[in-house]
Amino acid sequence: MNFFEIMRFAVRGLTANKLRSALTTLGITIGVAAVILLVAVGNGASASIAASIQGLGTNVLNVSPQRGQSSAARPLTAQDAHALVDPVGAPDVKAASPVVTSSATATYGQTTYDISSVTGTEPAYFTTTNREVSDGSLFSTEDVTAARKVVVLGSTTAQSIFGTTEPVGKNVLLNSIQFTVVGVLQAKGTTGLQNADDVAIAPLSSVQNSLTGYGSLNQIAVQATTADSVSLAQAEVTAILNARHGIRLGGTADYQIQNSEQLLATRTSATDTFTVLLGAVAAISLLVGGIGVTNIMLVTVTERIREIGIRKAIGAPRSAILGQFLAEATMLSLFGGLLGVAIGVVGSEFTFAGITPVIVPSSIVLAFAVSALIGLFFGSYPANRAAALRPIDALRHE
Amino acid sequence: MKPVIAVSALRKTYGAGDTAVHALRGVELTVLPGEYVAIMGASGSGKSTLLNMLGCLDVPTSGEYLLDGFSVADLNERQLSLLRNRKIGFIFQSFNLVPRTSALSNVELPLVYSGLRRGPRRARALAALEMVGLTDRAKHLPNELSGGQQQRVAVARALVTGPAMLLADEPTGNLDRASTAEVLGVFDRLNALGRTVVVITHEDEVAAHAHRVIRVDDGVIVADDRRRHVGVA
Repeated sequence: MNFFEIMRFAVRGLTANKLRSALTTLGITIGVAAVILLVAVGNGASASIAASIQGLGTNVLNVSPQRGQSSAARPLTAQDAHALVDPVGAPDVKAASPVVTSSATATYGQTTYDISSVTGTEPAYFTTTNREVSDGSLFSTEDVTAARKVVVLGSTTAQSIFGTTEPVGKNVLLNSIQFTVVGVLQAKGTTGLQNADDVAIAPLSSVQNSLTGYGSLNQIAVQATTADSVSLAQAEVTAILNARHGIRLGGTADYQIQNSEQLLATRTSATDTFTVLLGAVAAISLLVGGIGVTNIMLVTVTERIREIGIRKAIGAPRSAILGQFLAEATMLSLFGGLLGVAIGVVGSEFTFAGITPVIVPSSIVLAFAVSALIGLFFGSYPANRAAALRPIDALRHE
Repeated sequence: MKPVIAVSALRKTYGAGDTAVHALRGVELTVLPGEYVAIMGASGSGKSTLLNMLGCLDVPTSGEYLLDGFSVADLNERQLSLLRNRKIGFIFQSFNLVPRTSALSNVELPLVYSGLRRGPRRARALAALEMVGLTDRAKHLPNELSGGQQQRVAVARALVTGPAMLLADEPTGNLDRASTAEVLGVFDRLNALGRTVVVITHEDEVAAHAHRVIRVDDGVIVADDRRRHVGVA
């Protein structure tokens, strides 16, 4: 009895009960598709976060107050930021912008809109974060000095408040304070966790005296001269801030510095956990599919015990019976697996909740291999039981 | 002449202790090639158990069984299935065709397990179907055939491998008079060609076709008449 004959018998066995075979296959299909899709979604989330952090620029340092600080800690101030731009003490720092952030409700005519991020800063911030205007202009250093109530809007914010109306030159109320829109930023896209286009950026002084007050800065955005000089710049920034905040060597700093790589590492470690979690859920569904195969094979074997008896009575060897049922189980799960891979790959072309899935090739190989093994592993128990029957016992079974 | 079946002190006991049922209590039997034997007996006499032992479908509790000179007790699972495939053609009262499988495929099945290639397999299966006069029903499924036709397909399946003997367990028990005559006609022709036939029956008209009638009662052979014809009891 050759391989081809075994396959022919298995196909005949499966097509004898099409609906049942189809439903069993469905279990495996869903499992495999889920593994591929969910891992792809998790991976896509990581990829988009990585891309958006890289979009900030690889030469950026982010200085922020140390969280959980004692009251003795000194706040970060605009003076701290300006002290960092020092051609002698910090030759590798190109620019440093003080940043305060808040949120505000914008009102224009009848329209109100909650802006998720209102940033107060200085003009250098735009170059540090690679933002450019698509319409109008940025605000100037003079606007900062004079604390003029001007604002540059992100594209989402502008769209939400003004719709089709031209925003530049219009007055908008931010928490009842009137600002004049001077420019609209070019769209940058979603970062996965926050929308970089749902922002309003205004002069530091204006935001401080109308929205946030004069407390600590939320961050200082530091730009190094080149991508290679980031670590030098970080050392210089540390030295200057330690001196200004009176922190001795070995003491605990009341601020923290993150470069874009560290930022990336923190964010991706979070999404990796997310991916593992999704993968685990999918793996469980694959396992459940496998149990479905066992269940159906057990039913099939029980239902066909008489047929097994007939086959044994006319001389079917143990290996032929074993082969037939094992082939049936493996076919079910292989077919389900292939279908699952197809659905997973096609499904990854779509966008889920703003995340474009990125397929991990190893997840396809893994899911498919697991589905094939499930057929062999979960099919072997019922198949063995069938093959071990004595012909007379099988024939007497009703 | 070397016997095709040689059984001595064959016992079969189901269960153990007080509830033990002794289906066979020491059967002695020798069947020579070319014989046509009918085994008769009341239900529960042990005749079916005996035939299952002869067909290697069941194993005896004790005793010796030589099939074509081989001691069956010494054979392993693999050799037993080979024996069932090559030496024995078994025919059941309830036909036992594989469902949803055409008559031709059913007849081919033993040849599939013996590893014969497609071409010669088909030719031999068609020849066997022709022998039982069902060439025109080759593509029919079992549920599209009458009882007599199904049993003839089963006979074709039993003889397709050219076994040393045909064993039939009440082959006409589920058949009407006309179908019975058809099946018995096939047996007669096969026996005339030199095939050994052992038939279990409780119908005298079936036993009348045999050369030798063995009566089984309570697990032992009580009568063994070697005759051309057996009169009506």
